[in-house]
Amino acid sequence: MLKRTCELLGKKILNGCAATGRITLLTGETLRRLGTADGKEVLRQMALLGADSLPIVMMTILCTGMVFSVQTAKEFVRFGAASSVGGIVAIAMARELVPVLTGVVVAGRIGAAIAAELGTMKVTEQIDALRVMAANPVSYLVVPRFIAIVLMMPVLVVFANLVGNIGGWVVAHYYAGISTFAYENSIKVLAETYDIIGGMIKSSVFGGIIAIVGCYKGIHAGHGAEGVGLATTASVVMSIILIFITNYFLSILLFV
Amino acid sequence: MTEQEKIIQVRKLKIAFGDKLVLNEIDLDLYCGETLAVIGPSGSGKSTILKVLTGLLPPTSGSIIIAGNEVSGYDENQWDELRRQMGVVFQYSALFDFLTVGENVAFGLRRHFHLTEEDIQKKVALLLQLVGLPDTEKLWPAELSGGMKKRVGLARALAMRPEILFYDEPTSGLDPVMTMTISRLIRKTQQRLGVSSLLVTHDMESVFVAADRIAVLYDGKIVQIGTVEEIKHSSNPVVQAFINGQELEREEEDGQ
Repeated sequence: MLKRTCELLGKKILNGCAATGRITLLTGETLRRLGTADGKEVLRQMALLGADSLPIVMMTILCTGMVFSVQTAKEFVRFGAASSVGGIVAIAMARELVPVLTGVVVAGRIGAAIAAELGTMKVTEQIDALRVMAANPVSYLVVPRFIAIVLMMPVLVVFANLVGNIGGWVVAHYYAGISTFAYENSIKVLAETYDIIGGMIKSSVFGGIIAIVGCYKGIHAGHGAEGVGLATTASVVMSIILIFITNYFLSILLFV
Repeated sequence: MTEQEKIIQVRKLKIAFGDKLVLNEIDLDLYCGETLAVIGPSGSGKSTILKVLTGLLPPTSGSIIIAGNEVSGYDENQWDELRRQMGVVFQYSALFDFLTVGENVAFGLRRHFHLTEEDIQKKVALLLQLVGLPDTEKLWPAELSGGMKKRVGLARALAMRPEILFYDEPTSGLDPVMTMTISRLIRKTQQRLGVSSLLVTHDMESVFVAADRIAVLYDGKIVQIGTVEEIKHSSNPVVQAFINGQELEREEEDGQ
């Protein structure tokens, strides 16, 4: 019993190490081949992966801004700190909530789509067809998606910050009675441009993670429809876990 | 035939997946301008040969000489150079489902030839005409029947102006009429373009129409190579069993 448990554990660890190695190699090859990207394909992917995600990202962040404001505004007013609400909401949104939640939404929407698309290509031999036509799958499939998401995530974050703060202001003003001037002034005094830039840097890194994990899981999908389904789920789960872990280190690196 | 006329020369090729030996020291030659069919029951390692010869799978051991070059130690970049002389028709066609028929056929032309858009369109129309599918450029792969997909796959492979054509089960899943149409098309392509072809299949009717020589693969070994007539009249029991499907099936059932 103990031997079998150890064997299973060992197998899991070895598989994990092998996957880590393959993801690292794929990341390295993607970075090495950045110059081989087809401009048209990158633009197509930017529209597909970035622009089309805007509505769902804005909706998510609008609600988050409003909820965050609900939770902070009344309490801050009670302690006489109404003048800080706008700034607190803006900083929290810019540094943490917007990049992380945008990452999670994009991982669910785009990471899954990438894994499913590439997984289907794998099981229908389309990736083999690319290779035998001397078209490198990393250059043709991974690099455009990687560049597209890395570039579009900060754009999504800018719009998300905007709607998140508008949501926060609406609740603070109409629910907690904080004046527009106090809210706006608080943002000006407490928040800095760097908060937004830091959040944009974070989101780019998260975008890179989503693209690499989605492509890796797709390219290494198992057989048939089941393999594609498993790859899709695994891509979302792994991306979200990596986003949370990376976020901790990026927060220390960028804001401490 | 002389050594110089061999475009592919395989010696003592061994492929193993872990403990499972798929190909056991096989020797195989493909002469310039001929069509060699590799036949054998499902799971005998036919498609594995094709994957090794197109660089999709590294050999465990043995020597592979293609167009005078020893390729068994080639890296992906060296294979990409060599693959420009190859065309592959996949078992399930492997058409890129995000591209139209015309764009599928033009894929290799756009990547590897410096042609004007007008020339590309002309060549695409010609190739589709050659495989009997004129005016289908604007259709999507999902709109095609199985036989049409195979023909588009052949047109896409021919677009690369290959010296060697590989066919992986080109008639699988087709009705008897379409099987004969595709078989005759393979023969016609060889006669018109003088291209050397390796055909992997288990469809004897197709082989008798399309091939010059036949290699019978069984249990990871080549049991006989000869002309169509030699194979038809072979005294080898395995070859006879395979030609007569019922006997082979009974043998397999007994084996199970």
